[in-house]
Amino acid sequence: MPAILRIENLRVEYRTRELRGSTRLALKQLNLSVNAGEVFGFLGPNGAGKTTTMNVLLGYVNPTAGNAYLFDVNVREPIARQRIGYLPELTYYYKFLTAEELLRFYARIFEIPRAEVESRIDRLLKLVELDHARKRPIRTYSKGMQQRAGLAQALINDPDLLLLDEPTSGLDPLGRMKVREIIQRLKNEGKTVFFSSHELGEVETVCDRVAILHQGELKEEGRVDELVRKYECNLEQVFLKVVGYQQQS
Amino acid sequence: MNKILAVAGVVIRELYRRKDFYVLFILTALMTLLLGGVNFFNDEQIVGYLKEFCLLLIWISALVIAVTTAARQIPAERENRTIFPLLAKPIARWQVLTGKFAGCWLAAGVALVVFYAFFGTVIATRERTFPVADYFQAGWMHWQMLGIVIAMVLLGSIVLSTPAANVTIMFIVALGILFVGRYLNTVAVRMDEPSSSIVYTLYYVIPHLEFFDLRKRLVHDWPLVEWKYIGLATLYAWAYIAVFLLGSFALFRRKALN
Repeated sequence: MPAILRIENLRVEYRTRELRGSTRLALKQLNLSVNAGEVFGFLGPNGAGKTTTMNVLLGYVNPTAGNAYLFDVNVREPIARQRIGYLPELTYYYKFLTAEELLRFYARIFEIPRAEVESRIDRLLKLVELDHARKRPIRTYSKGMQQRAGLAQALINDPDLLLLDEPTSGLDPLGRMKVREIIQRLKNEGKTVFFSSHELGEVETVCDRVAILHQGELKEEGRVDELVRKYECNLEQVFLKVVGYQQQS
Repeated sequence: MNKILAVAGVVIRELYRRKDFYVLFILTALMTLLLGGVNFFNDEQIVGYLKEFCLLLIWISALVIAVTTAARQIPAERENRTIFPLLAKPIARWQVLTGKFAGCWLAAGVALVVFYAFFGTVIATRERTFPVADYFQAGWMHWQMLGIVIAMVLLGSIVLSTPAANVTIMFIVALGILFVGRYLNTVAVRMDEPSSSIVYTLYYVIPHLEFFDLRKRLVHDWPLVEWKYIGLATLYAWAYIAVFLLGSFALFRRKALN
């Protein structure tokens, strides 16, 4: 299967404000690839470098060294993001817009033909169960509704790759289940999903492969069932072992 | 182009959903209406003063709308973190900036059309004339001037840390240029070196916003400016807009977003 997300020797250094001129290493020599049709879990404790990797993939941060590619296009080129959908951890949308205006705006950014836009908006708002609130400003939405509006905007271009940054964070169990169902449905449609999460039970349920990052380094990568077999424990315990957590007796 | 217009559309939508825009707009309209309607001792010459005052009001309102709208664009995107889902789409940072500029400039243009049309109508009730070409020239030049100011403010919003600092500094700069920009060369002649060279350089570097002020022509019913001069002034404005926008692109391209 072709790799549609490829990271090669990625290194990211940040300048720290405390000591002028000194740098902090966020990622060192990261190599990773995600194949078409996979659901890939990107795991790691806070500060491991997950967000930095996401930021590089989305073009927010330029790598110090190495490269990242989406569909064989370097992420430094905006066109690399033509076939991806991104759902951030928290909802950051124009609150004065309604859900359908927001989707129409992003559809224009993707240059989706006008004739197709309205039918896509209708379909997506039904999918995320926001059809009844489509004409209300986003500021009047509950947190779960805002997250679902976020999911709809991530799908507006019918992406082949979805980047989800802790998509169920802060949602109630019902909201989580809905998001999980949508991920499963996308997987069945042959879409590729790359998502970071701290919910290891959820990752174990939906992911084909995972990568575990710790202190900017890739510590483990493989199929979920193989890792579980290799370490002879569930994914949560695999994770704790890989990051070197010692349980106090 | 579609992407730029999409970003511009959001800027305009935000503006007409904000209440402060309407407050300023209604205040200006109301004062223009009141002043246009007063009659002091049946003195017809008073109309000239009223026109001058109404136009000053329009200039102040348009400047406030342009500066405050442009100043908050990029900081608000960063503060509300809406820039992140936006840049996760296939859009370059320069397109975002150009869209922001286009949105602010178009919004300022729409406000000017309404202000000048309202002013023209009020004056027409007193003078029984509606010189469309004069209003078009004045409005067009005013709009070009606002284009320079908006581009300058957008650059300021990337360099300066807070929108409040940007608004304050840009008001001072714009008003400073409008009031004293034209006299800088005369001041430079009377100065010693190196101050003289510095002030001279400043005179040639700053955008001369006063070139675009045709208020006196409207007040005193002077003849139209030759169209070729309007064209030259337009090119002059576009050159400054391009310089400020290119400066903004260069800085914004390297700007860390978090």
